[in-house]
Amino acid sequence: MSTVRIPPTLRASIGGAKQVEVTGATVREIVAGLVATYPALGAQLLAGDGELNRFVNAFLNDTDVRHLQALDTPVAEEDTLVLLPAMAGG
Amino acid sequence: MAIEILPTTARPTERTRISGLRCRGCGRAEPIGLSYVCAACFGPLEVEYDYAAAGRTLTRASIAERAPGMWRYFELLPVEAPPARGLPVGSTPLLAADRLAPALGLERLWIKDDTRNPSLSFKDRAVAVAAARAVGFGVEALACASTGNLAGATAAAAAALGLPAYVFIPADLEPAKVDHALAYGATVVPIEGTYDDVNRLCLELADETGWGFVNVNLRPFYAEGSKTLAFEIAESLGWRSPDVVVAPVASGAMFTRIARGFDELAEVGLIERRPIRFVGGQAAGCAPVATAWAAGTDVIEPVRNPDTIVRSLAIGNPADGRYCVALADASGGSIEAIDDLATAAAIRDVARLEGIYPETAGGVTLAAAAAARRRGVIRAGDEVVALLTGNGLKTPDARTLGAGNPVAAAGRPGLAPAIGPSLAAFERWMGGAA
Ligand SMILES: Cc1ncc(COP(=O)(O)O)c(C=O)c1O
Ligand SMILES: [Zn+2]
Repeated sequence: MSTVRIPPTLRASIGGAKQVEVTGATVREIVAGLVATYPALGAQLLAGDGELNRFVNAFLNDTDVRHLQALDTPVAEEDTLVLLPAMAGG
Repeated sequence: MAIEILPTTARPTERTRISGLRCRGCGRAEPIGLSYVCAACFGPLEVEYDYAAAGRTLTRASIAERAPGMWRYFELLPVEAPPARGLPVGSTPLLAADRLAPALGLERLWIKDDTRNPSLSFKDRAVAVAAARAVGFGVEALACASTGNLAGATAAAAAALGLPAYVFIPADLEPAKVDHALAYGATVVPIEGTYDDVNRLCLELADETGWGFVNVNLRPFYAEGSKTLAFEIAESLGWRSPDVVVAPVASGAMFTRIARGFDELAEVGLIERRPIRFVGGQAAGCAPVATAWAAGTDVIEPVRNPDTIVRSLAIGNPADGRYCVALADASGGSIEAIDDLATAAAIRDVARLEGIYPETAGGVTLAAAAAARRRGVIRAGDEVVALLTGNGLKTPDARTLGAGNPVAAAGRPGLAPAIGPSLAAFERWMGGAA
């Protein structure tokens, strides 16, 4: 199982937990597993085409998955996936 | 210059002037608070106003009676009234740049000189609004993720308000910017990584600490501060808009809010609605928005490893990037990618020809104006306003890129070698140089 850290905006949809353990071999499978267990997350995370919605950024072990293989990036048991709002400016 | 107590000629308007927050993605409404993302779709939240209510007290006559500074337009800012404490931000000059204009291929050029805000950048505007709100929310500390200028602005504002400041920066930032934040008493936390690494960390920290991160959980208010650039430009021009606005783009928050600012002035009847072309500038070594604009897409490919002297604009993953592309396209503008040599040359030119010394983002802006003119986006006779948003003393090494450090001789500028304190020594040097 890999760890997914959940930001406050999404915690209500999963019963308040800060992180959950999810099984999956890729980022896509992890996100799908998450949405299967907590269907309310689907509307928040996914666009109509099943991709992450444009306001969601996913980081695998602190690296933006768009710098890796996006949703097809392989995920290992000890990895941590973080979902964060797309927001930057400094 | 520490605390300015503002005169109370401006009375608070009724609460309904600020309608609340609204999601830019799905349109869902949220009440005013420390929230910054939409619970439904993760989209960014923006402040919404009742323009009829705002316009009742915001008139050319009422503004003319108010003290200088950004709060003279407070009805279009997300505060109930001008804050009692804070630094004197804004009312910076709009200067006719007649000597620089021809060097850029332009005929009518104004420079909005925001190199001279309290912490020497336009970020004081954004931070002033975020800080005013943070005080109301009762946060324990002000914090930010910074590419450099926000560090100083946040630290200075916190000092003026008596709040602790935590400033997160990429570890290899320009020393002058680090020192500036330290001088105001901030806790500076260098992070091994890019600005985007710092930003991701701060997104998580904002949730964990409860601190007021000006550009994270206070972002809806922070972003509003940059509208005052548009308000001041319009007022300086005698309540009208220019043909073209040229501004630097990092996250794209300022670029898009300047457009919103002009739009709101038309909304409340302070200016006539006229088309304005918006030209953005990015450093070629970190140009995700310019690249998307040139490719005709609004999908921004993030830049993983920015490579540019323009550290203030080195955001590889800009949140408002797609809105910048849309604005440039809809207005007939462009987003220009500028290489570092052109940036450095533009800094030298404006300093030498106009007596204004901007940091790297200003060099990008001026070079972008020239590039947009060559592209035909700026046309002959256009009235152009270029925003110089930070001070050159913060990036002292940038100026000399590609030019060396010239040695002064008679009639040639540069640094002279040390000479003895005697008339004979001076004459020898002048003679040798001639
Ligand atoms: C001097 C200067 N100009 C412009 C910008 C761009 O601001 P934005 O992130 O709102 O695009 C920055 C951002 O750090 C800056 O420091
Ligand atoms: Zn939304």
